[in-house]
Amino acid sequence: MEISANTQAIAYLISAILFILALKGLTHPASARRGNYLAMTGMGIAIVATLLGSEVQSYGFIVAGVIPGALIGTVLAARVQMTAMPQLVAALHSFVGMAAVLVAIGTYLNHAAAGTLNPVMMGELSVGIIIGAITFSGSVVAFAKLQGLVSGAPVKFKGQHALNAGMGIATVVLGIHFGMTESMISLVLMTLLAFILGFTLIIPIGGADMPVIISMLNSYSGWAAAATGFTLGNLLLIIVGALVGFSGAILSFIMCRAMNRSIINVVFGGFGSDSGGETSAVSQAAQKGVKSASVEDAIYWMEDANKVIIVPGYGMAVAQAQHALKEMMELLEARDVAVKFAIHPVAGRMPGHMNVLLAEADIPYDHVMEMDEINPEFPTADVTLVVGANDVVNPAAKSDSSSPIYGMPILDAAKSRQVYFLKRSMNPGYSGVDNLLFYQDNTSLIFGDAKDTIEGMVTSLKGGGH
Amino acid sequence: MPDTLVALYVFVLSCFIGYWVIWGVTPSLHTPLVALTNAISGIIIVGALLVTGLESAGTAAELFGFVAVLLASINVFGGFLVTNRMLAMFKKKDK
Repeated sequence: MEISANTQAIAYLISAILFILALKGLTHPASARRGNYLAMTGMGIAIVATLLGSEVQSYGFIVAGVIPGALIGTVLAARVQMTAMPQLVAALHSFVGMAAVLVAIGTYLNHAAAGTLNPVMMGELSVGIIIGAITFSGSVVAFAKLQGLVSGAPVKFKGQHALNAGMGIATVVLGIHFGMTESMISLVLMTLLAFILGFTLIIPIGGADMPVIISMLNSYSGWAAAATGFTLGNLLLIIVGALVGFSGAILSFIMCRAMNRSIINVVFGGFGSDSGGETSAVSQAAQKGVKSASVEDAIYWMEDANKVIIVPGYGMAVAQAQHALKEMMELLEARDVAVKFAIHPVAGRMPGHMNVLLAEADIPYDHVMEMDEINPEFPTADVTLVVGANDVVNPAAKSDSSSPIYGMPILDAAKSRQVYFLKRSMNPGYSGVDNLLFYQDNTSLIFGDAKDTIEGMVTSLKGGGH
Repeated sequence: MPDTLVALYVFVLSCFIGYWVIWGVTPSLHTPLVALTNAISGIIIVGALLVTGLESAGTAAELFGFVAVLLASINVFGGFLVTNRMLAMFKKKDK
């Protein structure tokens, strides 16, 4: 069976509509799963319509690619741990980038063989290759940092920006030369340079800026698909590429806004690298020292509280403490304590990371609040429990104009009656900024592994509390 | 209107749709959003199929296309299934 070009175009249109409705489904958790099914249907229609079209005539290599790809993808999706989601996403982004490069080169070879190359097409090809290659190697670096294969610390050296700018210009010049002369050498050099550029652009960016980087690479993978669509004259690829590209761009913007930093600052100015001078407010507070508390002290306050707010951070993910938190939540709720979770937009290593981990632990999503919803509630909270978060509750962001994180929107944990910090050590947060909240009169620190501490609390609550 | 210009029209209008739709996504679903957009960017598989399946495609083009089909299918299957797995975990009250 073969379908006409017009039938194929209608199928692509239906597919595009399904993708848009799918994204719309993510407006609310209740409609989100249906959204995902719509997107699957859209993808199915697009693939079938392509296979039945007149251009696709030989199927051997296609079948050979799809079957192992489907198997690998299914196994990856079934096995991955929720804490490893950022790594998986980075790996998948790299695949889209590489696929875009390969499709562009394959298209070049097909058209070169048929003698149908033209400058516009070669320009589009070059754009596809450059974006795809940067997406690929940038995602590989992000994956390696997230997986701990290389240090998450920013890698910096002198003349880095000049080198990147030079390589960027050279890549574009080679692309133009290729478009004008059809020179194969320029094409190959341009491709190699774009791969290198992806590495050098991402290595200076630190681990905790990963939410921005993941969003940015998400965006690039979309633009790579759109560029491929221009090359092939395929409108479906263009539509989907634009949707994905914008999705990633908006997420990057939201993440940057939540850190009060510009995207330029994240991409080019590593955080925590310049060891800012001692801030007077912090050093004054530091002289007062910190109070440490035991699990029993915290339980004493929590079991009779009306409201407890829990602020999870990346430390919760590292300690895998979310399941213990769920148990503690249930025990507290059995004592008529209202328990809520407060999520800062950049908590964790990718956008919405904490929400997924809490959902994995079966914590109902209506207990999990965004920053703007929960901030007015801190003054009425009896206890705030900070689990593996730091900078996102640092009042210095509001009060200390000399602090590097000044201006960043924070969770108002400082306003609650009692604050308990679960900490492994006194090391400052990722930004390298000391936390004013540690030294506040109503704050106590509970040292130890977050999971062990919370399990201790659970045991204490089970034993009838205090 | 030349084809490239039609493509540009479609691209620009799609950007607007993307802009409005994505702002509506609830922040609690940002991770599934990244996973889902990742899955649908697997639409690059359409390009891979067109390159690989072309009757006149040479061996080199077929090999490039084959790897692209493989990578894009990992994306399509892995992306959708992991999104589904995540979304299944978002529940309201205790069952």
